[in-house]
Amino acid sequence: MAMRALVGCKRVIDYAVKVRVKPDKTGVVIDGVKHSMNPFDEIAVEEAVRMKEKKLVSEIVAVSCGPAQCQETLRTAMAMGADKAIHVEIPAKEFELVQPIHIAKILAKLATDVKADVVILGKQAIDDDCNQTAQMTAAFLDWPQAVFAAKIEKDGDSLAVTREIDGGTETIKVNVPAVISADLRLNEPRYATLPNIMKAKKKPMEKKTAKDLGVDLTPRIQVISVEDPPVREAGQKVDDVDQLITKLKGLGRI
Amino acid sequence: QSTLVVAEHDNASVRSITLNAITAATKLGGEVSCLVAGSGCAKAAEQVAKIAGVKKVLLADNKAFEGFLPEALTPVIVESQKQFKFTHIIAGASAFGKGLLPRVAAKLDVQPISEVTEIKGADTFVRTIYAGNAVMTLKASDPIKVITVRGTSFEAAGDGGSGVQEKAPDVSISDVKAQFVKQELAKNDRPELTSAKVIISGGRGLKSGDNFKLLYDLADKLGAAVGASRAAVDAGFCANDLQIGQTGKIVAPELYIAVGISGAIQHLAGMKDSKTIVAINKDPDAPIFQVADLGLVADLFKAVPELTGKL
Repeated sequence: MAMRALVGCKRVIDYAVKVRVKPDKTGVVIDGVKHSMNPFDEIAVEEAVRMKEKKLVSEIVAVSCGPAQCQETLRTAMAMGADKAIHVEIPAKEFELVQPIHIAKILAKLATDVKADVVILGKQAIDDDCNQTAQMTAAFLDWPQAVFAAKIEKDGDSLAVTREIDGGTETIKVNVPAVISADLRLNEPRYATLPNIMKAKKKPMEKKTAKDLGVDLTPRIQVISVEDPPVREAGQKVDDVDQLITKLKGLGRI
Repeated sequence: QSTLVVAEHDNASVRSITLNAITAATKLGGEVSCLVAGSGCAKAAEQVAKIAGVKKVLLADNKAFEGFLPEALTPVIVESQKQFKFTHIIAGASAFGKGLLPRVAAKLDVQPISEVTEIKGADTFVRTIYAGNAVMTLKASDPIKVITVRGTSFEAAGDGGSGVQEKAPDVSISDVKAQFVKQELAKNDRPELTSAKVIISGGRGLKSGDNFKLLYDLADKLGAAVGASRAAVDAGFCANDLQIGQTGKIVAPELYIAVGISGAIQHLAGMKDSKTIVAINKDPDAPIFQVADLGLVADLFKAVPELTGKL
C-alpha cells in the first residue's frame, strides 16, 4: 500500500491571539493579526508525514484555499514533509463567506484530479469551528469517512482508525480511498527544521482558482452580526473553604 | 415547515442529548418527527415516542445500522427528507451528530450549521466562533436547514408525548465501505465531560499526575467529571482527552471548579459558559479569578482535601 495523500491546510488566526470583534459587528479583526496553520491541520500534515515514513504513503500533496498568504501556510506544510502544494486562490473578501461546503467541493475535485487515495484534514478549524469539511468531502466523493481519528493503522487493504467519541473511543475499518479527520490525540506535530524550511522553498506549488475546478462559491449563509460574547463579571473572593461551601449551597450547586 | 430530529441512542435507550435536540426542534415551530435508526432499536423508538413534542417516530431497523456508521445512516435520512419534505434536520452536536449531519447536508447540497446555541427563527441561528470568543448570528439561505445543536444550550425535553410510530422509507444499504469494529467507553462511574453537571478541572498547579487523585476524590464526592487545562496535559499530568479549551472539549456544566489553573484564554474559551465557576489558586492575580464567580486564594494541596472532607 503506497497511497497518495491529500492534506488540507487552513490558514487561521494563530491560536494564541485573542480575537477582537470589529466595531461594526461584521466579523473579527483579521488584518495585521498573526496567522498560522490551523492546529488540527498541523496534526493532519504530521500524520501524512508519519505515514510516508512508514511507507504507507508515497506522496503528500498539501492544499490551502484562501488569499495569497496561504502560500506561507503551504510552505510550512512542505517544510514538515509534504512533497508539493496546491494553492486554490480565493481573494480575502470573497473568502470571508466561503464555507465548508465550498471547500469540500474543491477538495473532492482535487482528490479526484491528483488521484488521492486518502484525504487527511483537521477535524475542525479553530476560526469558524464548523467541523464539517472532512465529512462533506467524503460525501461528495462517496468515500467512507473516519472522523476524529486518534490512531490510524494499516489493516490489509483497508485502514483501521480509532476515533474519539463521547466518553471513549471506537474503532472502525474503512476501505481506501477514504477521508480522515485528525483529532488532538493523533500525534504531536513536529517543528520544521531550518534545512527543511530551506528545502521547502524549492518544492513545487501549483496555483488554481475555484473556477478552474468548477466550484461555485455563491454564499450559503448571510452573516447578520458578529458580537462579543456576554462578559462574565468576576464574582467575589471567599476567605476559606467553609465560606465556599456555604456560598455553593446557597446557589444550589452542591 | 417540519423538522426531523435524528435520535442518538444505543438501541436500548435514547441518549440525553436527543432530548436537548427535540427542545431545539420544537422552538422552530412546525411538526417534529424523530428518526430512530439502529439494529434492534424498537425499545429506543418506544422511548422516543413518549418524549414531549414528538409527533411521529420513523423507525429504521436494519442490521446495516450496527455501529451507527454515517455511510449507512445517510441514505435513510436523505430518503426520509425526500418523502416527508422536512424543512429542518436536527441532531445534537455530539460525536455522533457532528460526524453524521455534515455528510447528510452534502448529499442534499446544503451548508450545515454546527453547534447552534440559539434559534432566532426558522432560518436564523446563533452559534459561537473562535471557541466562544465571538458570537455569530447568521441567516441560512439553503432551502433545507441541517443543524446540530449544543446540548448545554437547550433544556432537555420532558416526557408525555405520544408519537405515532411508522416505518422509515426503505433504502437499500449496500456497498458501505466502512465497518464498525469495536467501541471502548471509559470504564468509570463518572459522567462524561461534555454532559457532566459538575466538573473539577486541574492545571499545572497540581504539579504531578499523581496529585490528580485529589481531584478524583473531590469528583467522587460530587458525582463530577474531571478535566484538565492544556498546560496540565502538555506537562504529562493526564491524558489528552481530559483537555478543556479551544483545542480540547467545550463544556458548560452547572458548576466548574478550576484547581491550580491560571486561566489562559485557550482554557477560558472551553469553560466560560459554565453556570457557576469556582477558582482555587494560590496566585491572587491569576486571570481565572476574572471569570470566577467564587474565588478562593489558597494552597490547593490544603484547600482541596479540606473541601472533599467537609462535603
